[in-house]
This record gives sequence, C-alpha cells and structure tokens, in this order.
Amino acid sequence: MDGMHDMGGRQGFGRIRFGPNAPVYHQDWERRVNALYSLAVRQGVFNMDEYRHAIERMEPRHYLAASYYERSLTGLATLCVEKGLFSKKELEQRAKGHFPLALTIGPGRVNAEDRERFQIGDKVMVRLEHVSGHVRAPGYVRGKCGVVVGISPSYPFPDAHAHGLSADDEPTYDVGFQAQALWPDAADPATVHVGIFESYLIKI
Amino acid sequence: MIHPTDLPEKPVSIEKRVDAIQSLMQERGMEPAAFIDEFKQIVEERWVAENGARVVAKAWTDPAFKQRLLANGKAAVAELGLSMPQHHRHLVVLENTPAIQNVICCTLCSCTAFSIIGLPPDWYKDLEYRARIVRESRTVLREIGLDLPDSVEVRVWDTTADTRYMVLPSQPAYSKGWSEEALATIVSKDAMIGVARL
Repeated sequence: MDGMHDMGGRQGFGRIRFGPNAPVYHQDWERRVNALYSLAVRQGVFNMDEYRHAIERMEPRHYLAASYYERSLTGLATLCVEKGLFSKKELEQRAKGHFPLALTIGPGRVNAEDRERFQIGDKVMVRLEHVSGHVRAPGYVRGKCGVVVGISPSYPFPDAHAHGLSADDEPTYDVGFQAQALWPDAADPATVHVGIFESYLIKI
Repeated sequence: MIHPTDLPEKPVSIEKRVDAIQSLMQERGMEPAAFIDEFKQIVEERWVAENGARVVAKAWTDPAFKQRLLANGKAAVAELGLSMPQHHRHLVVLENTPAIQNVICCTLCSCTAFSIIGLPPDWYKDLEYRARIVRESRTVLREIGLDLPDSVEVRVWDTTADTRYMVLPSQPAYSKGWSEEALATIVSKDAMIGVARL
C-alpha cells in the first residue's frame, strides 16, 4: 500500500540523531514490547508479514508520531485482536483509556501469473502497479529500471502471506538502481540496491 | 509524545498499554513475564555485535573463509556457531574496499541481521535515516562523521525482503598482523552497518 511507512526518499526530514554505538532501547517498556511481539511470533499467533502489514495499517498521523516500539506495540495489539486472542474492549478496560489500533485490512493478492526467472546481469523493471494490500517494493523503485546483482532463496510471497492467502514461495533479487535515475537531479550519486520479489519484476 | 489535536481521542500512556497487553497475554497462558526475562538474556548475550565482529576478524585473517563468507554468508557464519532466525534465509556479506563503501538500511520498517550484528541502534529505526539514506547517502554519511571522497563509490542496500545484509569493513592498516581475537575488538556495529570506517 502507498502508506506512511514507505519512507525511502521522502524529503523534509532533518539530521539523524546519530551517536557512535548508540543504544537499542531507551526505556524498559521498549524491551518488554520487543519481547512480547517476539513471543507472539514464536507461538504462531501471526507471521512477520502480517506483523509488518499491521504496522503499515496504522492511521498515518499515529504512525508518524509514534516511536518504533509504539508502532511495534500497535501492530502486536492489532493482530492479537484480529486473531481473536482478546478484544479491543478488554485492552481498553485494562489500560483504563484509549488504545489505538491499526485500521482494517484489505484484500491481498497471489503471485503474478506471468512471472519469470532472472539471472545476474539481467536488466529489469519494477512493475508499475499500485497494490492496496501488503507489498514489499518501496514506491521509489516503482516503474524504475535496474540490474540484477544477486539472487536469494525462495520466501513466502508477502502480498499473500500477510493476508492469509496461500501462494507459491518465490526468490527475491537484489536489484541495483542508480540513485540519480530514481530521483533525477536530486540525489547523491550512489547505487541503491533493493531486495525485490520475482512477481514485482519484468525483464527489459 | 505529539498527537495531533484532530485525532478523535488521546491514547492512554504507552506504559499502561504495554501493561494491558502483557496482562491479557498472561491470562491467555502465553507466559509473557518469563519470556521477557529470557528475551533480555537473548538480546544481551546472543544477538550481539561481537558475533559479527568475530566473523569480520576471521574473514580478515583467513582468505578461504572470506571467500566462503562472500559466497554464502549464512553457511559461513554457521561455521562459527552463529545462527539466524528461520525467516532470514540468506545473508549477503558486502565487502568494502578503499574504493567502495557499502551501507545498509531498511526504508519500509527496520530489518537487520540482528542475530549477527546485534539489534539495530535507535537512529537506524528513525524516520530520518529511513527517508534520507537512499536518496542522500553521501550527505547523510558526512553529517554523521563519514566524509567520503568523491572517488569512493557508495552502495546502499535496502532490506526490503527477508534476505539480510552486513558490511565487511576494510581492515585498518595499523592492525596488520594482529590476532583474530584482538581484531574482533575493533569491529563496531556501526562499521557493519556501513556508517563508519575503522
């Protein structure tokens, strides 16, 4: 989906709060949230694609204002409610106040029927498509051309896996793009590599 | 925490929300308290940057290992007793040279090879890094202390699938001839993300 989570290339952001060997957590609740989400995955409550998509479905203003671990908490809580583990009402009764969850899930999709295998060195284009469900191609490569530099083993197809649909696993390809072709006249020279599922690509 | 005034309701504090979900998970028999303790230990003792540092030091001192590492990262780190979660099916190791600087990110969320290089630092998960590193890589690197000459090619790797990446930094000249154990002590998480050189 063309959600707030698709941050790559967005402008207007300031300096990175960088410090050498920076901490992972700042507060104890962050460590707890990280453990609780990990526990839910281990116990099979949901898979990683469902989790990522639940975060993407957060109300956009909530997404932008929330810290990383607040987003994680919201994804976890949303899926526990959607999977029937407990209700939003129970959460709000316990918390004694408003507990915002992500918005509702839309339809997913299965693999592209006309997908094909690629080899290292192949020139490819990311399909010019707008997907309303979960998708792992960032918007900044949509319709852009690049070169395959690496091939990974097959993974569950996220567009289906996040929506409870069955689909074929498929390989991902590391595709290199020139930053100045992605953002003409407005990018530092670099090669930007993106891990892209087979269904998202066509050969050129 | 900023919440826009036009949202219908202000959320209750984050700590209360975490307490609420933890208590409901407890009631459903998921035993969260025990796992929180176990997870703390995993994060502090197993998913640490020292793992990646050992891999880098071994690659610097053992050319045959380095070749295996570059060919199949997941199999090579397993030789050192290091494992990756089931859904991380592939580890791509990116070799820096004097002319190439690799840097990793995740613009869509904040994925990393956390069992090898440690959980990502705070800034890696911030919107600023996710938005800017792909588009303004040199500017961002310069701002955070890595000023690369134009002759160095920058290669950015966006972790959008479940393949994971780590940077193999160049060995600093002053460390030639050091033991593997000594070399491992100079390899930082930042260098394996690619935002620092050693």
